[in-house]
Amino acid sequence: MLFYSQLLEIVALSLEVSLVAVMLAALIGIPLGALLAIGRFPGRTALIVLVNALMGLPPVVVGLGLYLLLSRSGPLGILQLLYTPTAMIIAQTILVTPIIASFSHQIFADLHREYDEMLRAMRASRWQTILTLIREARHALITAILAGLGRALSEIGAVMIVGGNINHATRVMTTAIALETSKGNLRLAVSLGLILLALSFAINLALHFLRSRLERAAHA
Amino acid sequence: MPESNVLPLKPKDSQKAGAGFLISVDALGYRRGGRSLLDAVSFELGRDPGITVLLGPNGAGKSLLLRLIGGLIRPDSGTIRFSPDFRGPIGMVFQKPVLLRRSVRANLLHALAIARIPRRERTGILARLLVEADLTHCAESPARALSGGEQQRLAMARALVGDPVLLLLDEPTASLDPAATAAFEALVRKVAGEGARILLVTHDLHQARRIADDVLFLHKGRICEHTPAATFFRAPASGEADAYCKGTLLT
Repeated sequence: MLFYSQLLEIVALSLEVSLVAVMLAALIGIPLGALLAIGRFPGRTALIVLVNALMGLPPVVVGLGLYLLLSRSGPLGILQLLYTPTAMIIAQTILVTPIIASFSHQIFADLHREYDEMLRAMRASRWQTILTLIREARHALITAILAGLGRALSEIGAVMIVGGNINHATRVMTTAIALETSKGNLRLAVSLGLILLALSFAINLALHFLRSRLERAAHA
Repeated sequence: MPESNVLPLKPKDSQKAGAGFLISVDALGYRRGGRSLLDAVSFELGRDPGITVLLGPNGAGKSLLLRLIGGLIRPDSGTIRFSPDFRGPIGMVFQKPVLLRRSVRANLLHALAIARIPRRERTGILARLLVEADLTHCAESPARALSGGEQQRLAMARALVGDPVLLLLDEPTASLDPAATAAFEALVRKVAGEGARILLVTHDLHQARRIADDVLFLHKGRICEHTPAATFFRAPASGEADAYCKGTLLT
């Protein structure tokens, strides 16, 4: 039963790392997107360009940067986070945040254009405006989160470098597939590959149904 | 109370201006891109309830004037003064209703919450608004699934939150069929009958004839005349209004 327990362990860690990373990225990215869409402050345009550019951040480069920060001789080496799931979560959060922020920015900008005059005619405060837009954006934000989750689950470069692909500690699906393939252990590699695919489909399907149910209820 | 372009009136001003006005617009000007869109617009709306129709051809500046009065944009020159005892919100309805992606009930509850109406009062007001706008039968329906006429009546019900003395309606029936238009006009008359002053923008002469108590005629950013509806349609004072009524006004 070694095969199955090992498989389960890898799948569980993959999900844990990516889901936590996407949750953190959503907590940062959605308010950031709203701020970029609604706020008016110096440097806003530059920040929008930066966030959009960071969507294409190469995972390997993020991994390398984080490695330099977290390695024993790096500035954050004292935290001893290198080769831990925490480091992997940080890496994926960095990768996913710009994606969610950029999608959210677009979603909030469109909604703001549509609702701005109405909300100002109602004398809504800035706070009431933001809360209204977040509530109205709820269906569309699911798409932003999905895009982020896709990135996190499929990414290998960053988790490989800061996680180290250590068995029973930091081995996730993507790193395991790479390793098992190079070892010629194709049975485990293919199984993992299929599970990764199935998981992606399942998550997308679930969120798709959630979104269309919400939209039917609101007739958006 | 709108926060922009409101000058609180000093007591001696109000004596000078006469106690009769609700809002007084004085020499209002608005320019964009070197073009004067509103020029020296001056008029008063009385505090007695009724329907003032702001009439004029496309591009006359009607919607712009309405947005200036509603405080959504600021004028380049001139003032908009409200009577010293002007209280409460200004209700606004636009040509295209922007409704939340929620039920009719939730749309109204949202407006009540924005207006900071105490929670315990909301249910009562909600029921009254639904009856007023004849929307009780579809209270639970998604607002965006309603017919055009129902959507616009919902926008009107939302604008009535806080019992505004002044309502600004920007071509509210422009995209409604005749039956829905009639229902909306009936609602407007009812609201005016309950004590509100309504400023309704339209380019539709027939609509103006049906519901106006007085007519403000706007052409090329200038007020050509402000006369009681009966006078306006019998014998317009300005050549522009006369030409508009005959369908020969060149814009």
